[in-house]
Amino acid sequence: MSRMSYREAVRLALREEMTRDSRVFIIGEDVGKFGGAMAVTKGLFDEFGARRVVDTPISESAIVGAALGAALTGLLPVAEIMFVDFSGVCMDQIINQVAKVRYMLGGQVQVPLVIRTQGGAGKGYAAQHSQSLEAFFCHVPGLIVVMPSTPRDARGLLKSAIREPNPVLYIEHKVLYNTEGEVPEAEELIPLGRAEIKRPGTDVTITAHSMQVLKALEAAETLAKDHRIEAEVVDLRTVAPLDEETILASVRKTGRLVCVEEGYQNNGVGAEVISRVVAKAFDSLDAEPLRVAFPNSPIPFAKSLENALLPNPKKIVEAVLKITR
Amino acid sequence: MSPEEGLGLYRAMLRIRRFETAVNELYLKGRIPGMSPHLYIGEEAVAASVSFFLRADDYIVSNHRGHGHCLGKGAAMDRMLAEIMGKSGGYCRGRGGSMHIADVALGNLGANGIVGAGIPIAVGAAFSIAYRGTDQVAVCYFGDAATNQGTFHEAVNMAASMGLPVLFVVENNQYGLSTHIKRTCPTECLSDKAHAYGIEHATVDGMDAEESFLAARQAVGYVRRERKPCLVEFLTYRFLGHGASDNRSYRTREEEEQWKKRSPVEGFRARLASVYGVAEARLAAVDAEVEAELAGALEFAEKSPEPSADEALRDIFTPTEAVRQAQGAGA
Repeated sequence: MSRMSYREAVRLALREEMTRDSRVFIIGEDVGKFGGAMAVTKGLFDEFGARRVVDTPISESAIVGAALGAALTGLLPVAEIMFVDFSGVCMDQIINQVAKVRYMLGGQVQVPLVIRTQGGAGKGYAAQHSQSLEAFFCHVPGLIVVMPSTPRDARGLLKSAIREPNPVLYIEHKVLYNTEGEVPEAEELIPLGRAEIKRPGTDVTITAHSMQVLKALEAAETLAKDHRIEAEVVDLRTVAPLDEETILASVRKTGRLVCVEEGYQNNGVGAEVISRVVAKAFDSLDAEPLRVAFPNSPIPFAKSLENALLPNPKKIVEAVLKITR
Repeated sequence: MSPEEGLGLYRAMLRIRRFETAVNELYLKGRIPGMSPHLYIGEEAVAASVSFFLRADDYIVSNHRGHGHCLGKGAAMDRMLAEIMGKSGGYCRGRGGSMHIADVALGNLGANGIVGAGIPIAVGAAFSIAYRGTDQVAVCYFGDAATNQGTFHEAVNMAASMGLPVLFVVENNQYGLSTHIKRTCPTECLSDKAHAYGIEHATVDGMDAEESFLAARQAVGYVRRERKPCLVEFLTYRFLGHGASDNRSYRTREEEEQWKKRSPVEGFRARLASVYGVAEARLAAVDAEVEAELAGALEFAEKSPEPSADEALRDIFTPTEAVRQAQGAGA
């Protein structure tokens, strides 16, 4: 094991996959010499050159469209969209082109394309640079949506994403970049579509993804220490398609469910998780399932306002207590 | 243009004209489900000319009025017609329809239902060519109205700044559905838009088969040789409406008649005989060959069964472990 940051783990995956397969290349804004707006691709330009680490104009539709054209003609592109918020600019390419081309062409093509981006609040970036828009993409058939919470997952999932013949939207979290964790020295591929129990428990299931896994784990410690409640924290890791098996098995064991996410609550990932649990494990539920999410409001700038609306361990503890007392 | 080339060009145009005429008739008879197909009648010289200079390993990206591009790149009429009729024998097994036909094995990366959306995809194919260092080219066909989309500007600029081997073919048929291009774009000549991005560009008469052919030869040759993008605007006209249900209230019948007089197919057939000395028997043989292909296509498409309902959830993803739950489960 070696200790590294989430940022370094993402970079390691890119470096390993680019070394392994010459068809892998990076394309996006400021990804070259500059090293990316979040410094994720730093050093890769020097290592792999301008041919494989490609700076583009500020043209999100052209970035995603070009990556798709490259994926359809034999390359393995990793396109970077600087902020997930900017996906609004290239939504047509993502939802009408990338997601649908295989189906529309009757299975004639594979789309081995990764779109890397980052989202999330907590740094005072305000309404257009802080969102968690994964639910949009989960809604559209044809996309795999991956959101790692730890350095180990970040590396292992990105490597799998690059080798996946289906389009993957890989969403990092800006607050996680400096968090550290252990990453195996040896190559590790973490399967897409598989959740992971990050903390076993018996009394309540908390599902979360990305940054909120850390908040859920913090809440679980408080629940154990102060309330003798053992929460099981399920890190979804891949939010589309959902790992239903792991979620259902956990709820069947605990009988209670709280879904945590940083995205807007309405029609969010939690709504989908709860719907499936209600449909498939209704008899296991001992209490109403609850959500802890961002309220349906644009994300404010001022720290006090942003903090007021973001999910946090205290809100998660409160939700758990509400259905366990 | 040699007589042999001329005969090849005529054959390519006739295939499109006859195919599109048959599609129109089938639609009017209620044999084609869904939206009325967007037909290419009148614009044949463009796709026939450009395709003439493409190799099997070159790429094209088409648009909503794409049957001509598809035929030009070598697609078979039978599987095309079956697709348009929503049959299982179609290129996309009935999953795509008129606006999404492609034979990817022939380098056709697909038509597109979103105006302008294919342009960045073609640039990506050109990027891939440059990355692999081959001498292929990518061609993107789109209409006049697509040059008002952001994707046009993003993609042309990206291709220009990266120096990618892509030919942008603007088929200026004057109308974006009902709206004349002069009402939505004050640029005197649409190819001037390419000037803004510093790439080679030209505007040619797309109703003149010979002029189109020579322009296409020059443009494809330039892209293949120089490994740089280039844009050619072909001035043309769609003889029918946007779709079959379009009553064309926005233009006069007189205007249509003026353009129809310049139809590229019939006029060129006559010139092949009179100017290029192609014997009538050879022209008639081409006519007969195209009719035979069309008759076979009609029979094939009619007989091809509708896709079975259990195919509806196929091919959303390439089947992998990651998507095993999503397949068929709506996950």
